[in-house]
Amino acid sequence: MSSANTAAATEQAKPFLSINNIEVVYNHVILVLKGVSLNVPPGGIVALLGANGAGKTTTLKAVSNLLHAERGEVTKGSIVFDGTEVQSLSPNEVVRRGCIQVMEGRRCFAHLTVEDNLMTGAFTRRDGKAAIAADLERVYAYFPRLKERHGSTAGYTSGGEQQMCAIGRALMSRPRMILLDEPSMGLAPQIVEEIFEIVRDLNQKERVSFLLAEQNTTMALRYANHGYILENGRVVMDGEAKALASNEDVKEFYLGVAGDKRKSFRDGKHYKRRKRWLA
Amino acid sequence: MVLFGQFLEILIGGLLSGVLYSLVALGFVLIFKASGVFNFAQGAMVLLAGLALVRSLDLLVANGFPFWTAIILGLVFAGIIMAVTAWLVERFVLGPLVNQDGLTLFMSTIGATFVLEGASQMIFGSDVYPLRLFPTDAWFLFESSFPGGILVNKLDVWGGLIAGILVAGLAIFFQRTKTGRALRAVADDHAAAQSVGIPISWIWFVVWLVAGLVALVAATVWGTKLGVQFSITFLALKALPVLIIGGFTSIPGAIVGGLIVGAGEKLAEGFLGPHIGGGIEYWFAYVLALAVLLVRPQGLFGERIIERI
Ligand SMILES: Nc1ncnc2c1ncn2[C@@H]1O[C@H](COP(=O)(O)OP(=O)(O)O)[C@@H](O)[C@H]1O
Ligand SMILES: [Mg+2]
Repeated sequence: MSSANTAAATEQAKPFLSINNIEVVYNHVILVLKGVSLNVPPGGIVALLGANGAGKTTTLKAVSNLLHAERGEVTKGSIVFDGTEVQSLSPNEVVRRGCIQVMEGRRCFAHLTVEDNLMTGAFTRRDGKAAIAADLERVYAYFPRLKERHGSTAGYTSGGEQQMCAIGRALMSRPRMILLDEPSMGLAPQIVEEIFEIVRDLNQKERVSFLLAEQNTTMALRYANHGYILENGRVVMDGEAKALASNEDVKEFYLGVAGDKRKSFRDGKHYKRRKRWLA
Repeated sequence: MVLFGQFLEILIGGLLSGVLYSLVALGFVLIFKASGVFNFAQGAMVLLAGLALVRSLDLLVANGFPFWTAIILGLVFAGIIMAVTAWLVERFVLGPLVNQDGLTLFMSTIGATFVLEGASQMIFGSDVYPLRLFPTDAWFLFESSFPGGILVNKLDVWGGLIAGILVAGLAIFFQRTKTGRALRAVADDHAAAQSVGIPISWIWFVVWLVAGLVALVAATVWGTKLGVQFSITFLALKALPVLIIGGFTSIPGAIVGGLIVGAGEKLAEGFLGPHIGGGIEYWFAYVLALAVLLVRPQGLFGERIIERI
């Protein structure tokens, strides 16, 4: 699929996931997201970029409805996944409908074997043992390393293997959309590349859409179709991945090219502030 | 030879009575592992299960049900009572307190203890109710090797057998079933378990139900031994040193800890008692627990802590 086509699809197709101007508050007082809007088209890979603390994880958790466990709450706006308002669903219902989060820091079940970890991902499924066993083999086909280590205690596998385990575990729920939070964190560059290649494979062969939160802007923009840049709980810029990657301000702030005293993206000379009330 | 025979007799008796401690400690471990809650109410749950069983059993027998039918119906009834309790605890105590710290949850189980003790005695009565599920006479083994043989209580043997079956059943449940696997996942990482679609409130209900059923099993044995009565709740106090010795997170630890305490206190009573005065049985477990705390704070079987990379 050429990027021009993707862009056209982004404009026309009804978004698979749409986040409309949401605000999120933690502990009833800390306002963290201040009106975030973004769309993920069916079959798209959308990157959510931004520095540490920008609100990427919070955005993903708002979608997967995991904020309650952190005393967070969506106080404004709406999130629609595949035609359903997400806020009224419990976290397991969101998973059952095909949208699952792979949490930051991988979060494998340390004392379970790799295979048991994968099988926990099938908890919400009702389609029988045979289908689940077939999917386990499919996951092993994408991640041959997991097959080698299927009996190992997950806590003792390498960081890369744990990331694969976490993604494989999510795949076992038969998702149509994965919210992938910082998969590159703490991993060696070749491993990061290996994981991103698999993400692309899953996207193309299994038609899984991705919303990908990353600080590794270079990598994320290489694999995504579209990107959003988050700063202090607001989307400050968005665009086609290629356009973002060649944008002067993005280069300067997130790709490590040049670098002077400017503190915020807002000060960028090429960036004209745009209001984004609605996507 | 006489001394050795005496030793064997005390050891076997001690191990088998330790099984009861193991059963109660097991209930604690299940809940602690899955939800990080130190459940003070485990002893009260044994009382409730025992009362529900013995009172329904008496009622059924009085109404002309054959004994075995009555036992089965009584066990089912008590099981349902434990399920309702699990549901109420999840719904009204733990559910609303989700994400509170461990101390708050611990305090809430102390509250639950009083409510359970009060309610179960109000509903089912507060007398001593004899329970006759297992034979209570004795066997004399190895009469050819030891003068007089070795005395073994049949009830203790039944207790050991039932505990063995229970532990095997739990092992299969935890290792082989989808829900068991989900329970282990929740015990490892709540938030991650929730992220893959495991409903935490359902898991907590299942854990409390399993702990309730373990309490019911403990109640059948203990109730046969001493009658179902309020003092059953003191079992919970004996479970504490068992947990310290075995480790709060280990099911095998609860079993072995119970056996060590059971055998240790009986042996100490039998062999040290005559020299330093009796009553060792009552404090031996706590001293042993203190010693373990000093040497190995996580307990003999405490879980290895895996650092996340
Ligand atoms: N549970 C929480 N309670 C209070 N504040 C939080 C919580 N989680 C995150 N925050 C705050 O919200 C902001 C955004 O965090 P986060 O979404 O984790 O950002 P990112 O994933 O982009 O690094 C940060 O300032 C962080 O301190
Ligand atoms: Mg984050």
